[in-house]
This record gives sequence, C-alpha cells and structure tokens, in this order.
Amino acid sequence: MSLMLGLLLCLFCTVCIFLLRLLLVVNSGPNCKPGGKGSVCVLVVAGSGGHTTEILRLMESLSPSYKPRHYVIADTDRMSEEKIRAFESAKENGSIGSKYTVHRIPRSREVLQSWSSSLKSTLNALLYSVPLVFRLQPDVVLCNGPGTCVPLCASALLLGVLGLKRVLIVYVESLCRVETMSLSGKILYPVADYFFVQWSTLRDKYPRSIFLGRLV
Amino acid sequence: MKTVFVTVGTTSFDELILTIKTPEAVKALKARGFERLVLQVGRGSVLPGPESGLDLTLEAFRFKDSISEDIARADLVISHAGAGSCLEALGARKPLLVVVNNKLMDNHQQELARQLHKESHLLYCTCSSLTDTLRTMDLSVLVPFPPAQTTHFANFLDIALGVQ
Repeated sequence: MSLMLGLLLCLFCTVCIFLLRLLLVVNSGPNCKPGGKGSVCVLVVAGSGGHTTEILRLMESLSPSYKPRHYVIADTDRMSEEKIRAFESAKENGSIGSKYTVHRIPRSREVLQSWSSSLKSTLNALLYSVPLVFRLQPDVVLCNGPGTCVPLCASALLLGVLGLKRVLIVYVESLCRVETMSLSGKILYPVADYFFVQWSTLRDKYPRSIFLGRLV
Repeated sequence: MKTVFVTVGTTSFDELILTIKTPEAVKALKARGFERLVLQVGRGSVLPGPESGLDLTLEAFRFKDSISEDIARADLVISHAGAGSCLEALGARKPLLVVVNNKLMDNHQQELARQLHKESHLLYCTCSSLTDTLRTMDLSVLVPFPPAQTTHFANFLDIALGVQ
C-alpha cells in the first residue's frame, strides 16, 4: 500500500516538475535569440498540397541566414518533395553553398480521419519525430498547420523541457483560415512562440496572435 | 481568341463541367465574345471530347503539372472554391468566377473564396446560377488583389530572432 502511495507521489511530482518546466520554457521565448550566432537552423514542416505551397512562399522571403534548412514531410505525400527540391535548386542559383535536407515521418492525420484513430497515428508519428528533432537540434520549427506539425512541435518542446535546447516554434496559420482556426492551430496556439494569422477576424478571436496582413 | 479556362483542381466537379457546356451557358459565353473553352476536369467522370459539337472551340484535359500557362492565356477563369486555384488565378490578375459546390458541406476551403468575394476580388455563384451569372456579370466591379506582405514576415522574424 505504502509502495503504491510512494509510486503515485513520485509520478505526481514528475508530472508537476514537467508542467512547471513546460511553463518556464513556453514563457522564455522572447529571450531566445538564435540569430546572434550568425545563422538560424530551421526545421520546416511541409504538409500536403496547399500547405507546402504556402510554406515555400514564406521560405522564399527569408534571408540566407536561415540555414541549414531541414524539411519534414509526411511519408504518404508524393508532391511536396518535388516542390521543395525545385524551390531549393532555384534558390541555390542565387547563393552558393545553401544547405537543405528532406525527411519523412508517418502522417499523423489524414483528412477526415476520426478522433481516436488520429490520436493513435499521432502517437506513432511522435515516435519518429522525437529522434529526428533530437538529432537535428533546430533553432526554430516553422509550420503552418498540416497535422504532422503537432508531434514535431511536441518534440521541440520536449528538448526545451529537458533543458537540452530551447527550440522556438513559429506557427503561421494558413491563408485559408479566415474565421475558424485549424485543429493544429488550436493545439499549438498556447505553446507557439510566434503565432501568425493572416486575417484580422482570427486575430480578434485569438489576441495573442500576430497579424501583419496577408503573408503568402 | 477570347478564352475561358475552367478548373476544378485535384478534385472532381462534374456538375460544373456539365453546366458550362450546356447550350444556354455556351450561348451566354458567346454573347460575351468568348470563342474558346478550356476545361480542366480533374478526377471527374466527365471528360468531354472535341466532338461535342459546341458553338465554340472546346479543349479538355484532366491534369497538368502546372496550369499557370492556361491561366495566363485565359480572359476569364471559372474555378471551384479551392484556395490554390483561386490564389493562382488572382495572382495572375485574371477575372475570376468561383462556382461553389453545394454538395461539399462545411468545407473550410470555401472560407477563403467567401472572404475574397466579400472583398470583391472575385465573383461567386453556384452551378444552378452559373448561366445567369455568365449572362449578367459585371467584371469591372472586381477589385485587384493586392500582393502579399512576405517581407513583413521576414522582417518580423529577423528582429524577433536577432538575425543581423
């Protein structure tokens, strides 16, 4: 009985410490300035179809200081890798020595997939995301809403909670979202360091978000 | 040759394809001086051949790697409500008529088309009102679509992350 109680107490303490660390990490975003060391390593979550097009438009606007660039796509996505490679090779012509990699992880949620099976496949995707993010150790995760970004952002937070590295989460809600936030957006809104929306109607509903007009 | 380009994106939208090639719709297009109709039909079950005996030149295909050339050659783009197609047509500064698929309920893709219609960047109708819209529409009311603020994003991020 006392062993049981002891175990429960341990578990409770661990959860409390974890949550406290998480709170500390989430609130330390503004002090984190990875640009000071000259370059910013970015993990870019490209989704399927429209998400990839949008995120590549954002990448286009960034200066060459954002390198190396690691793209992550869902393993069932055929179109995105081609788009990324075309984008990067066009970029290479401008600046020499630009560096990028493409990685694949299992998709965490197909369109119209049910809640319970989404949870299962997200946990499965998490198993692949954690080692990937721990290995790449990016300064920033940039994402715009495909389901795949949730396990990757969770892995990035875990790095911070464990005190290994503070990874900033930059989330840009898709231009398609005018009135309602996507599921990924709702999940990541409380933990993202910089959360952009592209319509003022969404900014009014989510006051912590950043609205600079249409970005893509 | 004055051209209309109809696109349904990666989905299927047979109702739109069937409506646009009805004699009434074709007549409305002819009355506006259109002589060529190009259809991108996607996964739809209707793929009209050139034989269809219409009063204007008809071309149809399912998919292409890029439809930007078709958009560039068009004088009017008629599109499903998909965000990608809408943004591509507006980005190319083409008059755009979006036809909403009523059979897709709660499709969040339509959110964007509705908002862009509110801001007068495009015209908006359903299949049942398409022919009437083609007859009565006034393209001069459309407001040009402003370019995106991509540099705002880059500048903000540079400052936030301390990039020199």
